[in-house]
Amino acid sequence: MRDQADSARSNRRTARRLAAIAVVAFGFGFALVPLYDVICRVAGVGGRPAPTQADAASVPKSVDRSRRVKVELMATAMPGASWDFRPERHQVEVYPGEVVTMNYIVKNPTNVSIIGQAVPSVSPPSAAEHLKKLDCFCFRKQEIGAGETRRMPVTFFVSPEISDRDNSITLSYSFFPLNKALQAN
Amino acid sequence: MSTTTAADTHAEHHDHPAGFSRWLLTTNHKDIGNMYLIFAFVMLMVGGAMILTVRAELFTPGLQIVKPELFNQLITLHGLIMVFGAAMPAATGLANWMLPMVIGAPDMALPRLNNWSFWILPPAAVMLVTPFVLGLAGIGTGGADTGWTMYAPLSVQTGWGMDFTIFAVHMLGMSSILASINVIVTILNMRAPGMTMFKMPLFAWAFLLTAFLLIFIMPVLAGGVTMLLMDRHFETNFFNAAGGGDPVLWQHIFWFMGHPEVYVLLLPIAGVIPHVISAFARKPSFGYTAQVWSMIAIAALSIVVWAHHMFTSGMSTGAQLYFMYSTMLISLPLAVLFYCWIATFWRGSISLETPMLFALGFIVFFGWGGLTGLVLADAAADAQYHNAYFLVAHFHYALYPTTVMGAMAGVYYWLPKWTGHMYDERLGKLHFILVAIGMNLTFLPQFLLGLAGMPRRIPDYALQFADLNMASSIGAFILGISHLLFIYVVIKCVRGGQKAEARAWEGADGLEWTVPSPAPYHTFETQPVVK
Repeated sequence: MRDQADSARSNRRTARRLAAIAVVAFGFGFALVPLYDVICRVAGVGGRPAPTQADAASVPKSVDRSRRVKVELMATAMPGASWDFRPERHQVEVYPGEVVTMNYIVKNPTNVSIIGQAVPSVSPPSAAEHLKKLDCFCFRKQEIGAGETRRMPVTFFVSPEISDRDNSITLSYSFFPLNKALQAN
Repeated sequence: MSTTTAADTHAEHHDHPAGFSRWLLTTNHKDIGNMYLIFAFVMLMVGGAMILTVRAELFTPGLQIVKPELFNQLITLHGLIMVFGAAMPAATGLANWMLPMVIGAPDMALPRLNNWSFWILPPAAVMLVTPFVLGLAGIGTGGADTGWTMYAPLSVQTGWGMDFTIFAVHMLGMSSILASINVIVTILNMRAPGMTMFKMPLFAWAFLLTAFLLIFIMPVLAGGVTMLLMDRHFETNFFNAAGGGDPVLWQHIFWFMGHPEVYVLLLPIAGVIPHVISAFARKPSFGYTAQVWSMIAIAALSIVVWAHHMFTSGMSTGAQLYFMYSTMLISLPLAVLFYCWIATFWRGSISLETPMLFALGFIVFFGWGGLTGLVLADAAADAQYHNAYFLVAHFHYALYPTTVMGAMAGVYYWLPKWTGHMYDERLGKLHFILVAIGMNLTFLPQFLLGLAGMPRRIPDYALQFADLNMASSIGAFILGISHLLFIYVVIKCVRGGQKAEARAWEGADGLEWTVPSPAPYHTFETQPVVK
């Protein structure tokens, strides 16, 4: 039979190792945040479009005239941002590789100026990485003055590598208010 | 962290202080086991009273008793209290009492830590319930009202009851991590000489796997609620879409803990049941090795299937297929466990004492919970059942028969060992009958309600759901009353009754039955040798 002091020492050692597992697991919880982001982008799940501006040099030299892709535009003003927010045209048919500029209209009917951020989402998820934005109002915060109406452009092209099955894409923007006082409580 | 061990504190045991400080300072696994079990039962009554208020509200259509805001708090706290306050401490209580005794150890490996892991619990429970009670008195915004899943963005926006809940979750998590460390160290280091891992009772295996799962998942939840707290107060944007976060990320973090949690609740009971069945079928447990490997497979698979709770939150087809098939895969090792339990009955000489009745009830009703789970795991069908009462019925059939009926089977089985008296068999059987009627009357109608389209978490419902809801509410009150009878049976058994022998059940096998009943304050100070 083992000596008592010996067994106490070995108990402490095992306990310390297990506590280390718990600490690592705590860190793993936080590591899930970037991991989730990476997995969503790599796998194209969750309809996450590339957040960054596509390089102007990435515009294809030739436009694929053999097929057209329908792009539907949607707009949602989130609670707190009491804006009238809508696309100028609700849909457009584009050739893959063709650069298009569409406008969204935002109107702030209130008597205070509101700062907002538009967050894009693309559906179906498999099309998300093929919708490339050269410029977008969603790349910046937007401050809309009291009573102001503004046209906000988004310039994009659909990559010719998009699958034949994705012949219709929905591009949706949710406009969130950034003023702390306006966020839903 | 204190890592005082059994050996160090051994000398203190011999004259322990009396009164409250005895319980506050105790490092004895039997004392701590008692406190865990009593705490769990008190929480079961608190969470039960909350849900009975809900069932009273749902007795007839319309809003009669509680306002919707209060209704939301009641269902939220019911879920949190039952999972973290009742089910997990009940299992830990059984582990404290029986683990050292089934493996022939004198105590848990880290007795001071054991004391701490219990005494974190009552403050955590107070932390969880305080905003709710203050809310009833008209102070503040009330308790958390997000549902027990605490989904963002609601949990980012709701009142300060959520902050209390977050700290309560931290404390509950800390408690179960400490308890788990203790369980693992005890099993790995303190087994009786000669007891190899594969000679260890299934009870010990079940708790070993549960403890490993807990050490892995509870810190992740702690991290998740910390992010929630930071989003609420420190301007971070983990779950806030406006700042580039994603509310669905919360769902992933929550269910990464939440799904293995289901097996954290199931596995300890899957360890108790073979002991009970084998005693009352008077046969050794069938397929020991198969049961061990099945439990290992269940524990391993449970970590990689979480997103089947999120089929409707927007997921690619490939991900849906993966989570659907991996979830269904779990039913294979689970089926092996069921076959082993049933095969233990085969040609056994069966008698139906109360523990056996509860074990049988567990197998049958948990089986229904498992089978309806397969329906929900089907990604194509899930959209129909998701967040309907079908889901509520499913997980109550999965959880009630395990965490309550399974734990009751264990309690009745070992009660003679704990108290030294046989409980009143007639009342025990009556208790089981009340539970069986009450449980099925409560939850069977909910399957039908869900199929008919009644959504969960809504305080009112359409008129066509009235009859089934009334039946369900009546069942819930029968179930509530059954627990009062249980208190009476236990008190009566503690006070007196037919003297229990060391081996209280003739078919019972295991080291715990070699010590006298009631078990002396110290057992196995000299460890038995297992051949």
